[in-house]
Amino acid sequence: MHNLRSWNVENNTSKGLENLIMETISEKKSQYGMMIDLDRCNGCGACAVACAVENNVPPAYQQTNTRTGITWMRVFEIPNDEQFPQSDSVFVPMFCQQCENETPCVTVCPQNAVEIDPLTGIVGQIPQRCLGCRYCMAACPYHARYFNWRDPKWTDGMKLQLNPDVAPRMRGVVEKCNFCHGRLHTARQKAAANGSEKIDPNDYVPACVESCPNKAIIFGDLEDGSSEISQAIKSKNTFRFLSRLGTEPKVYFNSGRAWVREMAEQALTRTKKEEIYG
Amino acid sequence: MLKRKLKIALPSTGKFLFGSGFAGMLVIGWFIFPMVLYKSEPQPIQFSHKVHTGEQAGMACEDCHVISDDGRFLGIPAVAKCAECHSSPIGESANEKSLVENYIIPNKEIPWHIYSRQPDNAYFSHASHVRLAHLKCEECHGPIGESARLKVYQVNRISGYSRDIWGENISGIPSHPWEGMKMDRCVHCHEKNGRRDGCIECHK
Repeated sequence: MHNLRSWNVENNTSKGLENLIMETISEKKSQYGMMIDLDRCNGCGACAVACAVENNVPPAYQQTNTRTGITWMRVFEIPNDEQFPQSDSVFVPMFCQQCENETPCVTVCPQNAVEIDPLTGIVGQIPQRCLGCRYCMAACPYHARYFNWRDPKWTDGMKLQLNPDVAPRMRGVVEKCNFCHGRLHTARQKAAANGSEKIDPNDYVPACVESCPNKAIIFGDLEDGSSEISQAIKSKNTFRFLSRLGTEPKVYFNSGRAWVREMAEQALTRTKKEEIYG
Repeated sequence: MLKRKLKIALPSTGKFLFGSGFAGMLVIGWFIFPMVLYKSEPQPIQFSHKVHTGEQAGMACEDCHVISDDGRFLGIPAVAKCAECHSSPIGESANEKSLVENYIIPNKEIPWHIYSRQPDNAYFSHASHVRLAHLKCEECHGPIGESARLKVYQVNRISGYSRDIWGENISGIPSHPWEGMKMDRCVHCHEKNGRRDGCIECHK
C-alpha cells in the first residue's frame, strides 16, 4: 500500500527528517480494513441498525430527511438500468471508507478535529474540537459524514440501552463511522487484564460485521498477512469505490458482476432537481 | 494653599484606589470565586481507608478495587463486598452502624460521590496502566489509602465535574504530583514514556 507516510519516508533525502518520521511511526502498527461481498448483501439493513445502536446514534427527530438524518451506515440500492431479462440491482452499504492517503476530511479540517490514528489507521473524529463548519462533509467523496442539526434526544426507555463505551455527540458537530473504536478499547482492555498488548482479533469485531446475517462483511488487520481480510482482498473481483481519486480507502468491496465493479468508478448522474438548482 | 495640598493628595488617592481595586479583584478572583464556583456535597457516610489498609485489617487496594477478568475496572466496590465483613457491626463507630442499617441490611448501594469521574468522552483503562505499564495506584491517586477521613466532595457548578479533576489549587499548578486529573497530565506521562498516540486512543 502506497500511503502518505511511506511516501514521506521514501522521498526524503534528508536523513534527519527521515529518522524523525520513522520515530513517530509505532512498530506495533496495524491497519484495520473491511471487505464487503456485494453478491452476498441482500439489503436487509441489519448493519445500519446495529451500527446506530452500538454508536449511540439518536433516533431521528420529526421532519428528518435523508440529508439531515444521521446514518453512519446507509444501504443504497443501485439498479443496472437494463430491461427485464438483463435487469439487476446491487445493494451497497456505504459508510466512512477510512481513506489512508491524503484523506480528504483530514486535509480540510481547520480544527484538527479529524486525524488518522497512527496505531490503527482508523480515521478518528473528535467532536469536542469540531466547530461544525462541515467542510469535511463537502470534501468527503463518499458522503459518509453526518451533521448533528439538533441535540440528541432519547426517550427514557432508550436511555437504558445507551452504550457506555461510546460518547454521545452534541448539536453542531460532525460524526461518522470509526470502525466501532469503542470495541477496540474493550478488546485492548481485556488483553491488558491478561498482561498482553496484543488483542485477540475475535474480540474486535465491529457491530455491522457481527450483525450481518449473510456474513457479507469481513473485518481485520490488513498488515497482518495471516488475517482473513488480507487474503480476501487479493481476489480479482475486489475493488474500491472511487479508487481513481487515489485516497486509498481501507474499505474494499467484492463482486463477481462486472457491471458492479465498473459502477464503483462512476460519478452519480445528477437528478433532474440538481440539474435545475445546481 | 488648599490647591497645593490637593495637588499632592490627588495622585496618591488615585494610586490608593487603583491598588485597593486591584487587590480587591485578586481576592475575589483567587478566593471568593472558587468558593462560589464549587459546591460542597457531603458523602453519604464517612469511610476510613486507614482502618482498612492499616494493621487492623491489612488490606491492599486490589482487595476491594478490582479489575475484572475482561479488564473492566469495577471502581468503588458494591455493598455486597462490604457485607462480606460487615454483615453486622464489627466496631463501635456510628458510620459503620449507618452502613449496616441503611445499606447492607436493605441491600441498597451507597450513593457515593466519585472524586475522579471523568467526562463521557474520556476513555481510561486501569487494566492497561496497572498490568502493562505497572503503575502504582498512589502514582495517580496519591496516598489515599492512608487517609482516615474522606475529604469533602466539591462539584463545579458550571461543568458538573469534581474539583479533583482540575486539582485543589485554583491556579491549575499542582502542589503534589497526583493532584488534578486533566488531559495534560495524561499527555505529559505518555510523552515522557515515548508513546505517540492518536486522539481516539484515549477518547471515545
